[in-house]
Amino acid sequence: MRRLVAVRVVGPVQWIVIPAFITLAVTILLATPVELFGLHLPEPVIPMMLAFAWPLIRPSVTGPLVLTLLGLILDVLTYGPLGLWALALLAIYAVVLASRSFLIGQDTAVLFAWYAACCSLAFLMAWLIVTLIARNPPSILSLIAQIVPTLLLFPFADHMIERFEDGDVRFR
Amino acid sequence: MAFRDGPFENIKVPLVLTAALTVLAAVVGCVLLLISDARAQTSPYQPVRSGVEAVAGPVGGIFAAPVRWFGHASDYVGDYFFAVSENRRLKAELAELQPWRDQAIALKNVNARYEVMLGIRPEPPVAMQTARSILDSRGPFSKARLLDAGSATGVKVGNPVINEHGLVGRVVGTSPGVSRMLLVTDVASQIPILIDRTDARAILRGDGSGNPRLDFMRGVGSVQIGDLILSSGDGGGLPRGVPIGVAARGIDGSWRVKLFSDRGAIDYVRIMLFEDFGQLIGADDLNAPPLAALGTLTEATAEQAGTITDAAARRTAERAQAEQRRATAAAATAAARPEAAGPHPVVPAARVAPPPAARTVPPPAVRTASPSIRPATPRPTGAAVSSTARPYVSSPHRVVDPPAAPTAAPTAAPSPGGTE
Repeated sequence: MRRLVAVRVVGPVQWIVIPAFITLAVTILLATPVELFGLHLPEPVIPMMLAFAWPLIRPSVTGPLVLTLLGLILDVLTYGPLGLWALALLAIYAVVLASRSFLIGQDTAVLFAWYAACCSLAFLMAWLIVTLIARNPPSILSLIAQIVPTLLLFPFADHMIERFEDGDVRFR
Repeated sequence: MAFRDGPFENIKVPLVLTAALTVLAAVVGCVLLLISDARAQTSPYQPVRSGVEAVAGPVGGIFAAPVRWFGHASDYVGDYFFAVSENRRLKAELAELQPWRDQAIALKNVNARYEVMLGIRPEPPVAMQTARSILDSRGPFSKARLLDAGSATGVKVGNPVINEHGLVGRVVGTSPGVSRMLLVTDVASQIPILIDRTDARAILRGDGSGNPRLDFMRGVGSVQIGDLILSSGDGGGLPRGVPIGVAARGIDGSWRVKLFSDRGAIDYVRIMLFEDFGQLIGADDLNAPPLAALGTLTEATAEQAGTITDAAARRTAERAQAEQRRATAAAATAAARPEAAGPHPVVPAARVAPPPAARTVPPPAVRTASPSIRPATPRPTGAAVSSTARPYVSSPHRVVDPPAAPTAAPTAAPSPGGTE
C-alpha cells in the first residue's frame, strides 16, 4: 500500500498575498479613533516589515508590485501625498535586495540592525519628500514616535523570514 | 503540451534582475505620482481617493463601534463611582460661570445695540452638521480623519470642523457618505489666527506634533503665555472668533498653541457649513489683471463714436476759449498797471482764483464725531482714530494740514493693532 506524503506548497499566496491582507487589516484596525486616558493607538508603518522580509525570503516580481499597491493604499488611508509610502517601501526593498547575499544566514541581531537602518532611511526619505511638498518640516519628535513602534515589529519580520526562507526547495 | 515542455524549458530568468527591474519601474511610477498629485480637490486622483475612502469609511466605522460601546460602558460604570465628586465639581463650576453668564447677556445686548447704531452687518448664523470620526491617521506626515457625513448632507470642501472645546480642522475632501478632515496639527494646515488680548495676527501652522506653531507673528510682546488664540477670519475661510487654544512656549523656544480640542476625545464633531466668500467668485476672476474686461467690450457703434467725437471737440473748443479769456485778462492787467500807482489800487477780479478743489471739503460736518454719518468700522485703525483728532481752522471751506502730526497722536486712543 502506497503511503500518502503531505507536501507543503509554499507559493506567493502564502508569503505575499495573505501577509499583505493581514497587514492591511491591522493598519485599518490601528487607525480606529480610540483614545483612552489621553493615549492613542500606536501607528507603525506595518508594510515596512514586509518590505524587509520579502526580498530575503525570495526575490520576485510580485513582491514589489504588491508593496507598491500597499503603499498607495496607505497614502490614501492616511491622506498623504500619493506615492510617498510606496516609494519608502520600495526603497527598503531595493536596499535589502541589493544586500541579500550579505544578509542571508546572518544572526538576528545583524538583521535587526539592518532593519533599523533601512526603516530609518525610508523615514528620512519620507520626511524630506513631505518637507519639500509642504514647505514645512514635520516634527522630529512625532517622527520618532512613529519610528519606534515600526522597529518593534521586527520580531514579526524575523518570524516570516525563518518560516518561509527555505519553504520552497527549488530556491535552496 | 505544457509550457515547461516546450522550447522555453531550459530558460532561466534571473530572479534578482527581474525583481530589480520591477522595483525600478515602480519607483519611476511613484515619482510621477508624487509630482502629479497636488493633494487637493483639484488633484486628478481625487475620485480614486474618494472611492477608497467611501469603502474604508464604513469598515473603520465597524471597527470603531466596539470601541465606542466599550467607552460608553466604562462611562456608565464610572458615573456610579464618581457621581459625588463630579457633582461637587459641576456645582463649583456652575457658581463660577453664573456671573459670566450675566455679563454675556449684558454684553450681547450692548453689542447688538452697537451693531445697529454703527450699521455693522454681522455674520449670519452658521448651520451645523454633526458627524462622527470613523478613521484616524496620526503619523508625522499626515493628521487627518474620516467623518461619516459627506456631500449628501451639505458638507463642502473648506468647511471648518469643531468639537465642544474648539476648532479641530477643516474638510479637505468629500464623497456622498464620508468626508476627509485635515486636523490643524497636520503639516499642510495653515490657519490665520488672532491673539485675543492684543488683536495681533499670526498663522497657525501644523507640523505633525500635538501643538502647532505660531508663524509670521509681528510686534514685540504681542503674545504671552496663556493668551487666548482665536480664528481671525482673514481670508474668509473661517468665521472670526472660533476658539483654538492658548499660547505656550515649545521646547524649541517657538510659540506654540495648546489646543482646546485636545481636552477631550475627537469622536463626535460638528461641521460648520460655513460659506467661504472666496467661493462666490471664480479664482480666475479674482486674479484677473485690472481692466482685463476691456478686451471683452464690443466695438462702438457709429452713433456712439459720433457722440464721443462731438464731446471731445466741445472740450477742445471750451479749452481754447478759456485760454483766450485768460490772455485778454492778462493784457488788460498789463495795461492798467501804470494806473495802479494811485492811492486806491484795484484788484482785478480775474486774479481771485477759487481755492483748489483738492484742498476743500464740503461744509457738512464730515469731520464731526457723530456716529450716525461716519462710515461704520467695527475696529477703527490707528489712522482712523487720529484723523478725528486732527486740528483744522474755523474756515468752513479750507482745511489746513496740521503743522506737526505727532502732537495729535497722544490725544488719540491707542490702536488695537498698535502692537504690530
